[in-house]
Amino acid sequence: MPTHPILDYLWIIPLLPLLGSATNGLFGAKWPNKIINAVAVGSTGLSFAAALEAVREFRQLSPEQIPWVKQYFSWIAAGSFRAGFDLQIDQLTVVMLMVVTGVGWLIHIYSMGYMAHEGGYYRFFSYLNLFMFFMLILVMAANYVLLFVGWEGVGLSSYLLIGFYFLKKSAADAGKKAFIVNRIGDFGFMLGMFLLFRTFGTLDFVALFDKASHWPPEAMGQLGTFTIACLLLFMGACGKSAQLPLYVWLPDAMEGPTPVSALIHAATMVTAGVYVVARSHLLFTHAPTAMLVVAIVGCATAIFAATIGLVQTDIKRVLAYSTVSQLGYMFLACGVGAFSAGIFHLMTHAFFKALLFLAAGSVIHAIGGEQDMRHMGGLSGKIRWTYLTMLTATLAIAGFPPLAGFFSKDSILLSAFLSENGGPYAGHILYAFGLLTALLTAFYMFRLIFLTFHGKPRYDEHHVHVHESPWSMLGPLVILAVLSIFGGWFALPAFWGGPDYFANFLQPVFGGGESAAAESAAQALELPLAGVAVFTALVGFGIAFWLYLKQPGKPEQLAKSMKGVYTTLLNKYYVDELYAAVIVNPLMWISTNFLWKTVDVAGIDGAVNGIADSATAIGDTSRRTQSGNTRSYAVWVVIGAIVVIAAIFWPLLRPAAGMVP
Amino acid sequence: MIPTNYYLVLSAILFGLGVIAFVFKRNIIVIFMSIELMLNAVNLAFVAFSQAMGKLDGQVFVLFVIVVAAAEATVGLGIIILTARNRQSLNVERVDLLKL
Repeated sequence: MPTHPILDYLWIIPLLPLLGSATNGLFGAKWPNKIINAVAVGSTGLSFAAALEAVREFRQLSPEQIPWVKQYFSWIAAGSFRAGFDLQIDQLTVVMLMVVTGVGWLIHIYSMGYMAHEGGYYRFFSYLNLFMFFMLILVMAANYVLLFVGWEGVGLSSYLLIGFYFLKKSAADAGKKAFIVNRIGDFGFMLGMFLLFRTFGTLDFVALFDKASHWPPEAMGQLGTFTIACLLLFMGACGKSAQLPLYVWLPDAMEGPTPVSALIHAATMVTAGVYVVARSHLLFTHAPTAMLVVAIVGCATAIFAATIGLVQTDIKRVLAYSTVSQLGYMFLACGVGAFSAGIFHLMTHAFFKALLFLAAGSVIHAIGGEQDMRHMGGLSGKIRWTYLTMLTATLAIAGFPPLAGFFSKDSILLSAFLSENGGPYAGHILYAFGLLTALLTAFYMFRLIFLTFHGKPRYDEHHVHVHESPWSMLGPLVILAVLSIFGGWFALPAFWGGPDYFANFLQPVFGGGESAAAESAAQALELPLAGVAVFTALVGFGIAFWLYLKQPGKPEQLAKSMKGVYTTLLNKYYVDELYAAVIVNPLMWISTNFLWKTVDVAGIDGAVNGIADSATAIGDTSRRTQSGNTRSYAVWVVIGAIVVIAAIFWPLLRPAAGMVP
Repeated sequence: MIPTNYYLVLSAILFGLGVIAFVFKRNIIVIFMSIELMLNAVNLAFVAFSQAMGKLDGQVFVLFVIVVAAAEATVGLGIIILTARNRQSLNVERVDLLKL
């Protein structure tokens, strides 16, 4: 048997960022930035290197050794329940591992430049490394319980980083909002875990999926164990991956520093929900109802968020809604059973969305902290590298061939078109909405580009000194741009009938593969559908071009003529207001008037204070006996002696008294 | 021979007198003497029992009590002398610092 130095010591990969986090967090306060950089970037870089080595060794494993599970120690053991610190690596983990460590490392490098002038430098990198640790635990866990540890841990890091500028109230509030909304989803996730354990008696992936695969699949509309468990897990995924109705925290999360938005709220953490659904694909394929729900929620979120993104003016918020929309795409893929397409889109999205955020950060950096696109414009000549990389990412997300986004989006749309889960036309409807989303995506992304980089400058040219970012920031941009171009080429040969390398690579995890008939049907559809998708993207581009470059006054006229629609979109369909009225305010009222003023103040405080007060009162009274007068003490001694003597002799006296006639 | 009860009654009377004097007198010397009175009342009871039961245990205890009483007299009188010096008085009412 060949030796696998990293595969045997898989824990090294997550441990390195944890060490970096601890070192910077405990000792970094007084250190110069250079040392903090070395610790933070070094630990994630080493982790990335270890992950690369792990993947190299993984490629040498024989198929029966996969999934490669290492059990390190038993963490919880109670009765028949066992949850260990077990790490596992299979093809799905490999993809996630590469995305998390690779993109994470690039963003660490970028942060060195972006955060250079910010206070709390060590704190930022400590949190960022902590996030890497938990994210790696999440993707490498071999059971749901350990996965949940990572799941909660990334939520914590997300909270800490959104609220990084904690003196700013909106940032602190956004952090809390993210945390609380995620709790709602986590509640479902935990219930799902409990149900799975109750049904199958284990939460280890290998054992659980092995047992589940022997169960018969449920029928459409049947609310069996699989369906309920999957819906509960999906509830957790909705929270983490910002799907309807729990997406509200993600746009607010843009209060955090831009590298955080890129790493956590675009590339990695928010895709954890997609990862969980893909990881549990065996359960989901047993529950067609749950699959349909996933597809519908994903599709609805995709188009819902895309429409909001049309009118936002904050550059990061546009990207945030775009992220929500693209995550919806990934769930749409999972919901129609195309898990590998979903993961494919997850990967390419990690590249181009991280790039978009980092480039947006570079723009913000260049013009001195301005985030409103109405105060930008005409920047393309001044920050050429940022412009070129961001344009690449935009072309990728809009779905122009041969960039990464085109391939992943195309395979999702194709799978949706072919889906027959939920009726013969269900797939076509999902496809139509997906295509419409693609159109909107192309439109709002080019709107962003045109508003930011083209047209006349709308910022104060005398006061704002536009400057290109340092190379520590541009380097990651260029690398990500290259990945955004070539990242989709794994699927390229499929267009002329060759193998789809990405799908083939994941095939051992997701199993199956389509029947020959379906495959030929898919091949016949592949090119026409791709043509339609490209045409849609071109239409989106054209509308944006016409509205924002050719007729600069037109958007305002449109906004006026469709005032109702415009304000609804601008206010994000009033969802935040709705939640505030229906959930937040009643809860606040109950908390204030009942829980606080009645239960806490009157009940709990009353009981505690009452006991304390009565003790004081008793002490106050009995204190009087301590008069300092020796003779009174003597009296007490005498009384005590009499009582003791009486107690001793009382039983002896009683019978004598009884015998008296 | 005088019955044991007589001794015991005498002992109880002496002890009671000691207690009453201890509680009601104010002069520290008198209080101290009343303690001696109580101790010796107990000694009397010990000796009486020893005689009645034909064992020597009681007499041994009496010797212990006398030794302890001697030691107590030494320490107690020392304290009394210091108290008298500090307060120019032997009134026990004046010794009341031991309170809240």
